[in-house]
Amino acid sequence: MSQRQITFEILRYDPETESEPRFQAYCVPCEEEWVVLDALNYIKDNLDGTLSYRWSCHMAVCGSCGMMINGEPMLSCKAFVRDFPNGGSIRVEPLTHFPIERDLVVVMDDFMDKLQAVKPYVIPKKKRTVEDGTYKQTPKQLHQYQQYSMCINCMLCYAACPQYALAPDFIGPAALALTHRYNLDSRDHGRPQRQEVVAAHEGVWECSFVGACSEVCPKDVDPAGAIQQMKIASTVDWYLEHLMPWRRK
Amino acid sequence: MSRNPYVREVPRTTWYMRNRRYIRYMLREVTCVFIGLYAASLTVGLVRLAQGPGEWAVYVNGISSPSGLLFSLLALGFACYHSISWFNVTPKAMRIPRGDDFVPGPAIISAHYIIWGVVSLVFLLMMGVL
Repeated sequence: MSQRQITFEILRYDPETESEPRFQAYCVPCEEEWVVLDALNYIKDNLDGTLSYRWSCHMAVCGSCGMMINGEPMLSCKAFVRDFPNGGSIRVEPLTHFPIERDLVVVMDDFMDKLQAVKPYVIPKKKRTVEDGTYKQTPKQLHQYQQYSMCINCMLCYAACPQYALAPDFIGPAALALTHRYNLDSRDHGRPQRQEVVAAHEGVWECSFVGACSEVCPKDVDPAGAIQQMKIASTVDWYLEHLMPWRRK
Repeated sequence: MSRNPYVREVPRTTWYMRNRRYIRYMLREVTCVFIGLYAASLTVGLVRLAQGPGEWAVYVNGISSPSGLLFSLLALGFACYHSISWFNVTPKAMRIPRGDDFVPGPAIISAHYIIWGVVSLVFLLMMGVL
């Protein structure tokens, strides 16, 4: 197995002693099959135990290890070091558009609030009891929303979205993709409850369709597609409401 | 341990220079300015036509001049770029069910090109160009 020395330039920030972040370089002997997360773990274990970052599963499932790698929002467990140019250094920064808590750890509060605002769970028309049995769904009904259910809340899409940076009130790609996921679910009847957030200015209409969210999504969720589809559905709602007021409940 | 999160400011006017994706997006958006200008030029043409043959001739001379032709050529180029870049993202907005699946993206994009071609052909026939 071949090994190569790679310099990692990592953005460090200690909120207790520093007023702003700074880059610190570490030289790491990387194995061929290593991902950036392996290098960070090597640094933490062997070179500098003070380095802070989030990670858990190491297999692109938990969504914890999102960071900017050479300026691109990526999961560090999915970013193979062999895919970066030979001889060059790799720059690792915390996800952009989020405040830095410490080193590569960002403050997630805003995302969590937005996620909660869209009620990302099945809201049934009538709650079933255990005696009623399970909620049934055909494979076709599952296929309607399956792609949008793959979101792992890694927030890479927020780091890619320039609109979120310019208008921080924007509900944002992941939360809206999850809204679409539940709206499309045959077991769910919560769309009217979510619509207040979706159809607001900070909802789908804040999206200018740059499409970067879908390009960086590690799970091919396509939040940009979900948002455009919800724009169309909201427009149809508006026209139906104004052209056929008797339909209003 | 105290919390003191550091907020990184995003440049308000040059944000799109940060990334090739953003530049591509801005290019798509900016091309609509030329389409707007061309629409304004056509509107002026209609007004001149209503004003009489003399005014119309002045307008035709204007758009046939080298600078008028250059503007039309630029507007055509930008209109093509604008249309193509939008056609390419239509499958994201259009999820058309077909059986248990959805109509594939390339088929939706191709349908747009076909409709574009047919409409252009009809207009050229109506104008007597073909």
